[in-house]
Amino acid sequence: MSPVSAIWVAMRRDLVIAARRRSEILTVLFFFVVVVSLFPLGIGPEAALLRRIAPGVLWVAALLATMLGLPRMFTADHADGTLEQMILSPQPFAFLITGKILAHWLLCGAPLVLLAPLLGLQFDLDGPTLGVLVLALLLGTPLLSLIGAIGAALTLGLRGGGVLLALLVLPLFIPTLIFGAGAVEAYAAGLDAGGHLSLLGAMLVMALFFAPWVTTAALRISIE
Amino acid sequence: MSKFTEVFYHYASPSTFYPLAGKAQPWFAALAVLLALAGMWVGLIVAPTDAQQGEGYRIIFVHVPASWMSMFIYCVMAFWSAIGLSFNTRLAAMMAQALAPTGAMFAFLSLLTGAWWGKPMWGAWWVWDARLTSELILLFLYLGFMALQAAIDDPRRADKAGAILALVGVVNVPIIYFSVKWWNTLHQGASVSINKSPSMAHTMLLGMLLMALSFWAYSIAMSLWRVRSIVLERESQTEWVQDAVA
Repeated sequence: MSPVSAIWVAMRRDLVIAARRRSEILTVLFFFVVVVSLFPLGIGPEAALLRRIAPGVLWVAALLATMLGLPRMFTADHADGTLEQMILSPQPFAFLITGKILAHWLLCGAPLVLLAPLLGLQFDLDGPTLGVLVLALLLGTPLLSLIGAIGAALTLGLRGGGVLLALLVLPLFIPTLIFGAGAVEAYAAGLDAGGHLSLLGAMLVMALFFAPWVTTAALRISIE
Repeated sequence: MSKFTEVFYHYASPSTFYPLAGKAQPWFAALAVLLALAGMWVGLIVAPTDAQQGEGYRIIFVHVPASWMSMFIYCVMAFWSAIGLSFNTRLAAMMAQALAPTGAMFAFLSLLTGAWWGKPMWGAWWVWDARLTSELILLFLYLGFMALQAAIDDPRRADKAGAILALVGVVNVPIIYFSVKWWNTLHQGASVSINKSPSMAHTMLLGMLLMALSFWAYSIAMSLWRVRSIVLERESQTEWVQDAVA
């Protein structure tokens, strides 16, 4: 089996499982929408202020929504022994984990990217700014899934794992938040967003290389 | 096997390291006190009053060394974590675990003294300056490391999981620092920058170095003391510990 098909098989499996339990994914999406909608209610409906805070609010909500979906990345597979079978399988464990991380992004990250322009409209963002927002989220949300997978693997099966996971991964999400929200803000201020997007892309490439490998090391420790 | 690796392997065992740490610890503790007294004498009495900042600047004799130590200890922690993971030694992981509370304390001390300095100088307890923000995030990383180790019951799993987190953290520290720095320049937040502080008098630098060395000795003494407790706790079933305690 080639690396690509190993990744594909692991990814398709998680997608099929998720398709049979749709409510879990919809809950994450609904959380994202509700959190974003709370801010205008708390701060007030002035369009200028909302335009100003929109990138930050959307990004922080995306961070929290991604984090909410992280515990389910490995918990069920750990409980029924699938993870052990994956370690024992002839396919490299890191490829299978890459597939699982991709599935997590498709389920918890990509829908946020698609929903973001709609929510951005509520914050009175104009068309080109929404485009930059989507582009930044497209580069940033997979990065969140990759970094988050390390935290999910380290906290697998621990008491109070969910809160601990937040404490571990949220500080590591900060660079993504800064450059992601920064790209949109820079564009809205009439500056070039290219620098921010390039840095997001660079971090994504680095995480794509290292994160699955670190995640497998963490999983082996958690399972042994 | 060279002499160095021989010594290294000899003291990699908790049973041989425990008495060595016990002998070294009082010396480092005494050194910390002496250097702190010298540093405070230079800092509080010898060093001249600052022309712009008055007497209030003297808190930097604690603030700057504390910030240095908080960053340095994280690197040392990551170093021992890497050794622990690659050589599978118990003592290295215990060292990392023993260093974390001291590092977190210095990060907190640095933030606290920074706030005390900032209020009279900047007129604000807190500004979103790049250094302040990354120091705060460093404190979060320390707390995450300690929380993860505390949440895992099996000490070997706690060691390894903590080691991975420390290594992931140390890769991220420069990324976090530069991202916060660029974020700060984009926002032009703090109007006062620590970078533009006037050039320092020699006595001030001397005071700061003495205090930094004192904190260094303190960190060594504290982590040796703590690692001895961890060794006793972890190895309590072994014969040598029961002999040592009896």
